Amino acid sequence: MEKKRYERPVIASLNAGITNKFGTRNLNEPISHIDGASIKEITEQYGSPVFILSERKIRQLYRDAYRAFSTRYPKVQFAWSYKTNYLNAVCNVFHQEGSWAEVVSIFEYEKALANGVEGRHILFNGPEKTESDLRKAIEHESLIHIDHFDELYLLLEISESLKKRPRVAIRVNMDTGIYPMWDRFGFNYESGQAWDAINKIILTNKLDLVGLHCHIGTFMLSANAYAVAASKLADLALGIKLHHKQNIEYLDLGGGFASKNTLKGSFLPGADTIPSFDDYAEAICGTLLNAGFTRENLPMLILETGRALVDEAGFLASSVVANKRLSDGRKALVLDAGVNILFTSFWYEHKMTPVEPASHHTEASVVYGPLCMNIDVVRESVTLPPLRKNDLVLIHTVGAYNMTQWMQFIAMRPAVVMIDPEGKTHLLRRAEKTDDLNAMESMPEHLQSFSLA
Amino acid sequence: MNLRLKNNIAVSDSGFVFNPSTGDSFSINPVGIDIIQLLRASKSEHDIIEDLSERYDADTQTIEKDLYDFFTLLLQHQLAEKA
Ligand SMILES: Cc1ncc(COP(=O)(O)O)c(C=O)c1O
Repeated sequence: MEKKRYERPVIASLNAGITNKFGTRNLNEPISHIDGASIKEITEQYGSPVFILSERKIRQLYRDAYRAFSTRYPKVQFAWSYKTNYLNAVCNVFHQEGSWAEVVSIFEYEKALANGVEGRHILFNGPEKTESDLRKAIEHESLIHIDHFDELYLLLEISESLKKRPRVAIRVNMDTGIYPMWDRFGFNYESGQAWDAINKIILTNKLDLVGLHCHIGTFMLSANAYAVAASKLADLALGIKLHHKQNIEYLDLGGGFASKNTLKGSFLPGADTIPSFDDYAEAICGTLLNAGFTRENLPMLILETGRALVDEAGFLASSVVANKRLSDGRKALVLDAGVNILFTSFWYEHKMTPVEPASHHTEASVVYGPLCMNIDVVRESVTLPPLRKNDLVLIHTVGAYNMTQWMQFIAMRPAVVMIDPEGKTHLLRRAEKTDDLNAMESMPEHLQSFSLA
Repeated sequence: MNLRLKNNIAVSDSGFVFNPSTGDSFSINPVGIDIIQLLRASKSEHDIIEDLSERYDADTQTIEKDLYDFFTLLLQHQLAEKA
């Protein structure tokens, strides 16, 4: 007699579980393949856990965003925000789609150059740019976004010694009705500080002020905040035209669009509540078109969208290490992927689905990672079918920031693979090994040997 | 550990469990139903493990581990008591 498929016995209280059972039922359907590639085969080949990126999804997100803006405004340019995910292959997908590069450190700057982005297509943001960083950016004719007066004065000095006119923008911070206001970066709009910087640049006549930049926050749930930001940047640009007879070539509205993730504590899944690309585009483009620019002087609109273009394209496949029952009766699942590689689990309730076929019986579980640390909680409560040791779980919407903010703590960083539009899998970054870490260390002579009794 | 199912517990074939003394209802998966039926037939822990391993594609270690956990839940939900 053929044996039946075994599933761990579960019993779920219906009194407490009504909403779990019916409300989130369809969230738990097993997903065994991504773009035609088998998740199980990927883990067999590259190990578990493993990050999986869908090239098709990245391109689709980019094209959706680009369409939303380019159908509303004549000059739109995206610049890929490197820190969101700076795996070179990911960057190059964006560059193939037409994105420039947006970087916030010399390390990212060098990555962009090495990927083949011309200097003039790199926007250099960030509060810390050293003299040598700035010299390099000027040599390559990049767009330097000035963050503070110290940087402005340093740039004036360098431009004199290099006998070159750097192309610059200033970063502006402002009140858009959003709390907390990000006022630590750039020059303040309301206080007049931004105007002081603009006047300084124009009157010293050593730098070309070509743009104005802002980045009002991240995971912005209000499209209207962008309308406010766009109108304040437009006001500065029109003021520059009026007082200094100079055209501003571009307005850069930064990043910050929300991705389809669910913030912790939200009542509804993020996918149902966040503004769409069309909502953001309508707010920004509508404001700029009505701001009072003449048709010839309409500035280019630059967007440094990060998470909204890559989060949904990233998955983390992970295996069950153990099943536990906590002292208060709650079910606990231990996975081989924890907060060391899933930084965003501090903010999001990441969607999780089984990979193998499962019954419709579900259990609420707390999900832990493998670290010996109390903070290593991937989900405080998620409804999953009964899973066995070594069963695979797919964690969704992890493409942004995890592959850059991951840490080598207790466990090493796993492999990252990309599935191409034909369903073929490519290794983008191999899993780290102990030798990789030891290679960076050196041992003082007197500590090289010891004997243990 | 051997358990005794409380005798007024109602179980349907579709996996609906009702405890009339507390008014609580539960849903249970097929392996869970089998365990409940075996408990009702007063089978010992050892017999249950043996029975399940003949019927299902799982090793006895896995079944034993899961059975302990399931027993804890039956006790917690007051559907069974220690024999
Ligand atoms: C200057 C700048 N631009 C763009 C981004 C990308 O932001 P997001 O991923 O929220 O779109 C960031 C991220 O914080 C940033 O600091």
